[in-house]
Amino acid sequence: MSSVQIRDVRKSFGNFEVLHGVSIPIEDGEFVVLVGPSGCGKSTLLRMLAGLENITSGTISIGDRVVNNVQPKERDIAMVFQNYALYPHMTVADNMGFSLKLRGASADEISNGVKRAAEILALTPLLERYPRQLSGGQRQRVAMGRAIVRDPQVFLFDEPLSNLDAKLRVAMRTEIKELHQRLKTTTVYVTHDQIEAMTMADKIVVMHDGIVEQMGTPLELYDTPANQFVAGFIGSPAMNFLKGQVKSNGSAGFEGPNGVKLPLASAPANSEGRPAVYGVRPEHFTIADDGAEAEIVVVEPTGSETQVFAKLGGEQVVAVFRERHQFNPGDKVRLKPDPALVHLFDEQTGKRLNA
Amino acid sequence: MADIAIAPRRAKTEIREATAWDQLKHNRNWVGFWFMVPALAFLIFFLAYPLGLGIWLSFTDTRIGRVGAFVGTENYEWLWDDAIFWLSVFNTLLYTFVASAIKFGIGLYLALLLNENMPFKAMLRALVLIPFIVPTVLSALAFWWIFDSQFSIISWSLKQMGLITENINFLGDTTWARICVIFANIWRGVPFVAITLLAGLQTVSPSLYEAAILDGATSWQRFRFITYPLLTPIIAVVMTFSVLFTFTDFQLIWAMTRGGPVNATHLMATLSYQRAIIAGQLGEGAAIASAMIPFLLAAIMVSWFGLQRRKWQQGENND
Repeated sequence: MSSVQIRDVRKSFGNFEVLHGVSIPIEDGEFVVLVGPSGCGKSTLLRMLAGLENITSGTISIGDRVVNNVQPKERDIAMVFQNYALYPHMTVADNMGFSLKLRGASADEISNGVKRAAEILALTPLLERYPRQLSGGQRQRVAMGRAIVRDPQVFLFDEPLSNLDAKLRVAMRTEIKELHQRLKTTTVYVTHDQIEAMTMADKIVVMHDGIVEQMGTPLELYDTPANQFVAGFIGSPAMNFLKGQVKSNGSAGFEGPNGVKLPLASAPANSEGRPAVYGVRPEHFTIADDGAEAEIVVVEPTGSETQVFAKLGGEQVVAVFRERHQFNPGDKVRLKPDPALVHLFDEQTGKRLNA
Repeated sequence: MADIAIAPRRAKTEIREATAWDQLKHNRNWVGFWFMVPALAFLIFFLAYPLGLGIWLSFTDTRIGRVGAFVGTENYEWLWDDAIFWLSVFNTLLYTFVASAIKFGIGLYLALLLNENMPFKAMLRALVLIPFIVPTVLSALAFWWIFDSQFSIISWSLKQMGLITENINFLGDTTWARICVIFANIWRGVPFVAITLLAGLQTVSPSLYEAAILDGATSWQRFRFITYPLLTPIIAVVMTFSVLFTFTDFQLIWAMTRGGPVNATHLMATLSYQRAIIAGQLGEGAAIASAMIPFLLAAIMVSWFGLQRRKWQQGENND
């Protein structure tokens, strides 16, 4: 196990720069999730960490050693691929033991290593099967088993759950997290799914267009997103954004689209009349007499909660309620954001304005 | 409801039992049969009938211009004691074995090379195909000229360099002649092997190699443990075809040496042609040609077992 330091790493393909100076400190034993939309450079960064891509500039170190020019096999890392990359002509046991075999381990060492990993992942009954004879979830576990057998310094996961169905994905999510709690190996996990990031990570790194937008614990990112991109990316359903300006008549307030009045706990200094974006999470709306009037468009009950799509000042917003209101399309309701939990972003830069 | 809208436009056809003719027209099995008829006819007239006729001829003493009589296995008994026939069997086996082995080696090497990222990849791949595109007789003539006893460019070059003083008698010396025809066959056969194996290589997912790199495999180990095992099914197909084509080769030999010198390059196919068509002994020629069948069947059996789906190929697709 060891820490990983990524310092001002850049990557260009020809003249096209895809990573514009990324720095991420990763502590020993930490579970770090790189999350972002497709094309943000997260997978490229992971492949650079693995040694499958060259580093254009900057340094990556594993432990105390700068690994920029270290061969992949010397880096002591193991990677789980999105398509699992299991060797189709080898049994599960041979797949898992391949790295030990190449290392020149004895037959006993190999079979003990494979047995240990198979027990951790409940793969023992499948050891003699071939990858084709396994289900998606089983293949996924074999891919993880192959990584565990290596007993590496760092685990890398490249969107490992994307090929699984929704139910299995949730189960494997828990399994991977549990595995990490057991093995405590430093882990870097790439995904485009913010729910995976939120549920599994010790630390989330939100990436967008080759830069790090924000880094922090899941709840830090949820509670105080540094900018509009992170605010919109983390959380489901996504945060509502309403354009307007800060308008304080005595107490802090915000004037949204078509003059809708929205509450603010406190306006940032010298912001009177400043154009800004008002962000409120769907779960932070309440129905209150002093709320802004909205017209309900669609009601989607999911059982545990109800998602309500409504027009607020002409803009569509979504609100989530855990209590069961009787709503019908066309109804007029008064939606009130919780002023303590709203976010304010700069209209141009998207930077967070309130504390 | 408007009755007029649903009024039948025609009188109902009378319901009747399906006749045998209806069955022939509409039954799925019969329809399938009709679709197979053209292919079946083609196979019977152009493959099964000539094969049967050839085997029948080998049991007769037919000559050109004379209908033969059934003579049983007499032709085969003659061949059994015919040293030239046995020489041609030896030549054919030597030719097939050496040429196929070298074609496999060079073809695999080229395929691995062309599978790498390199400049002008598409052009190089096209270039490799050239020997395959040129008509066999044309390339044979070119080789004939290259290996000519007086005007050979090889002899000329070596003489210019001062390495030899006399022309090499490429197609006049038994050993040289064998080397030359095998060389020509290899030149011609390599593209087929290379391009087919290249196609096979491209089906191997790059992430398998990445996984192997991370597992610590050297480039030789990646070939030995990943590429080669995954390529075995296609190797079996390619080498079967390569062996069959080489074993039955006729054009190259006939254009270059006509089996000479002193029958050193006579293959079974050329000997059969010489005896049957040139000498007019159709029965004997047919017997030589029929004698190839057991060898070819053996080659097919080997590939049939080689082509059986391996255990790891069974089950659902992995992609």
